[in-house]
Amino acid sequence: MPHLNLDELKQVMLRCSGLPDQASVEGDITDVTFEDLGYDSLAVLEIASAMQRTYKIEISDESIETMVTPGAVLDFVNGALKAAA
Amino acid sequence: MNTPASRAVITGLGVVAPTGTDVEAHWQATLAGKSAIHHIDRFDTSGYPLKLFGDVRDFVATDHVPVRLVRETDLMTHLAFAATEQALADAGLDPATVPEFDLGVVTANSSGGAHFGQSELQKLYSEGPYAVGAYMSIAWFYAATTGQLSIRHGARGACGVIATEQAGGLDAFGQARRNLRKGGRAVLCGGTDASLTPYGLVAQLANGLLSQRDDPLRAYLPFDADASGYVSGEGGAIMVVEDADAARARGVDRFLAEVAGYAATFDPRQQTRREPGLRRAIELALADAQVRPQDVDVVFADGYGVPRLDLVEAQALMRTFGERGAPVTVPKTMTGRLYAGGAPLDVATAVLAMRDSVIPPTVNVTSLAPGCRIDLVRDEPREAQLRTVLVAARGHGGFNAALVLTHP
Amino acid sequence: MSDRRVVITGVGVVAPGDSGREAFWSMISQGRTATRRITLFDPARFRSQIGAECNFDPQRCGLSYQEIRRMDRAGQFAVAAAREAVADSGIDIPNGDPSRVGVSVGNAVGNSILMEQEYRVISDNGRRWLVDAGYMVPHLYTVVVSSSIGAEVAYATDAEGPNAVITTGCCSGIDSVGHAFDLIREGCADVVVAGATDAPIYPISVACFDTLRASSTTNDDPEHACKPFDRNRNGLVLGEGSAMFVIEDAEHAARRGARVYCEILGFCARSNAYHMTGLRPDGREMADAITVALDQARVDPSDIDYVNAHGSGTKQNDRHETAAYRSSLGEHAYRVPVSSIKSMVGHSLGAIGSIEIAACALAIERDVVPPTANYETRDPECDLDYVPKTAREQKVDTVLSVGSGFGGFQSAIVLAAPGRAA
Repeated sequence: MPHLNLDELKQVMLRCSGLPDQASVEGDITDVTFEDLGYDSLAVLEIASAMQRTYKIEISDESIETMVTPGAVLDFVNGALKAAA
Repeated sequence: MNTPASRAVITGLGVVAPTGTDVEAHWQATLAGKSAIHHIDRFDTSGYPLKLFGDVRDFVATDHVPVRLVRETDLMTHLAFAATEQALADAGLDPATVPEFDLGVVTANSSGGAHFGQSELQKLYSEGPYAVGAYMSIAWFYAATTGQLSIRHGARGACGVIATEQAGGLDAFGQARRNLRKGGRAVLCGGTDASLTPYGLVAQLANGLLSQRDDPLRAYLPFDADASGYVSGEGGAIMVVEDADAARARGVDRFLAEVAGYAATFDPRQQTRREPGLRRAIELALADAQVRPQDVDVVFADGYGVPRLDLVEAQALMRTFGERGAPVTVPKTMTGRLYAGGAPLDVATAVLAMRDSVIPPTVNVTSLAPGCRIDLVRDEPREAQLRTVLVAARGHGGFNAALVLTHP
Repeated sequence: MSDRRVVITGVGVVAPGDSGREAFWSMISQGRTATRRITLFDPARFRSQIGAECNFDPQRCGLSYQEIRRMDRAGQFAVAAAREAVADSGIDIPNGDPSRVGVSVGNAVGNSILMEQEYRVISDNGRRWLVDAGYMVPHLYTVVVSSSIGAEVAYATDAEGPNAVITTGCCSGIDSVGHAFDLIREGCADVVVAGATDAPIYPISVACFDTLRASSTTNDDPEHACKPFDRNRNGLVLGEGSAMFVIEDAEHAARRGARVYCEILGFCARSNAYHMTGLRPDGREMADAITVALDQARVDPSDIDYVNAHGSGTKQNDRHETAAYRSSLGEHAYRVPVSSIKSMVGHSLGAIGSIEIAACALAIERDVVPPTANYETRDPECDLDYVPKTAREQKVDTVLSVGSGFGGFQSAIVLAAPGRAA
């Protein structure tokens, strides 16, 4: 069953934000808000879009609103993958 | 309609052009007659009859644009970010010190964010709707640069975007001046263009006005008997334009130039066979500046490089100034026509010319076309005291604009 | 700026539903919506499948074969609407002084339908980055530059004065009329053929709004999908169309005995400098645009009879805008009727500001306030009188219209019945 971990999510985040800026996503950012990491609402939409395409899952508007941290994204995606399995 | 209470002055310049990624580099290359028109190397042009372009080299977006924003914006906006930084530094203006709602942004735009546009269209059709990124809506559209500059610099006053192809760069100054008269203090004004993608290039090919020659020295020859069309390029300029009183109040004691006169017209329909509107735009701009033709020390011409359009411009200049009545120059022979960035770059170059009392040359023109009895400054710069400069620009389809700058 | 007064003497509209000014007014004054399942392409793969489309027959609207061939839908709308406006105003431009007639056309996304259609051909449906020049159409350049729309309006109306395409996102339609107002007051034109146009109902734009999740997903009930200010609103519905006006110096209009719809009294543009798509909830910059426009118009908030809202139907906009009204209009915000015609004609991006000004001009002429269709459930954050569902007959002498757009643009314009004391 596919599974998304923090490192993979970091790679997606960096791709969505542009050129490599490793320092900004270093360490355990699981519970740091996207806002604090410098990712605005459009960036979060990009990340959600990438998740939808890669993992073939649906992310509703309400679910997006809960994605305030990388941890929330991991929880949602892995939950959806588990449900689909 | 310039009243003493509402003079618009240029206080800072920023340039990112084929001739240089800052003001002095551009100016030195221009005085040296160094052409920056190259063979296109950004993609394979073997399938296209257009081979040349004035490209901006040695420009690293992340040097001027926050990393996160680079991916959210097109090259046209990256270039504008860099130019704006320079202009603000040159003007010694910290946007945060301008009272709320008194700082605006006005840019010209021509074909939107070409690279972003083609990339997203490709994703749409090769992968599907869900592949279109969240930034397409704000990166390609014509207002993108003004929007991003306004956010970057906290400009909450009236902001504008004008699309009149190559005339837009002068129309932007007209609007900036208008906004200052209505109560603003400062405007970041100008334009940048970046049309070099395969789709962008083929779209330009369709207008039938670009030169298909292969030799960068023989392709773009405005007013020349051997003219065969123009070459295009990318880049442009952004300037800080301020209300003179507001500038003095914040301690600026020397302005770079005054935006003394401006006018725009549109050509009569071809079927009427009446004179195109460029001459009228020039005359109205001169009247607006309250200067006479004999006061004009140099004309930065539009210089289309298309024989029938060169003749129209030459006739407009001859009728206004007399045959060889005013020095004329086309430094854009070194960069190509930059669409939304073209006229702003001419304005910046004109300001530098006034500063250093020297007319930059037109390059590669060897023999004037018979009807073009103008005093074209060729090959070498010409020293001259420049108190009043006219800049002319035309946009595809019939747009004409003229701007009069005066030495402070 | 001079003391010249500026009036609207001609109105032409190509709106969702049937074309023409009267069809437009009939629809919005009856509270009918034109929001339906998209037919301009197959929307099955898209998140939002709703659009407000124009039943537009270019030939019936007077366009020639060549105009139809070379122009995108947006350009066709503008030319049709401009011709209707000029005919409506009775002005004879070619036999007057064309050099004193300007053009000002608002537009946000250019000729995006043709740009996309031609792209598919030359790129072989997205397979080739190095597109095939052999399949290029002769008018492809005028497709990628939106300035061509201004040029076409000039060709169609013989205007030879200052001409510009004003492209400030979703504020383009107000800003272009504001620009005309400024040109006339500045004295460089006596008449301006002004307005706006856009035709974004096509895959690339629909996909953009899908990714932003800004558009309504009520695909099973498109007629009622756009619910501005309603608690259950879930996004905008893309629209298309054009409204064009003959805008004139008041004395020039009086000398030729023109019928005057309304006078333009004030205009102000601001930017929120905050985010390209996001809005802060306090609506400060929109409030300032409103305040400055009212000051210029010498209109007190209590004099306003109708507020034509931006009201796109997104959660954030309607909340932002309501806050702006509260802070700029004070107590009067609770008394004045506020409605959004986007509920009926959708959001046509660069065009809608002008389509809304057309609604305002007609509201003034006919003393009827168009409603906000689909409004059913009150949202505590949006607590004003939004004229639910049914138009209201009342004196409409002074109107405020506002707009808000991607890039942070915020604009306001004030219109008044002719003869209303300044």
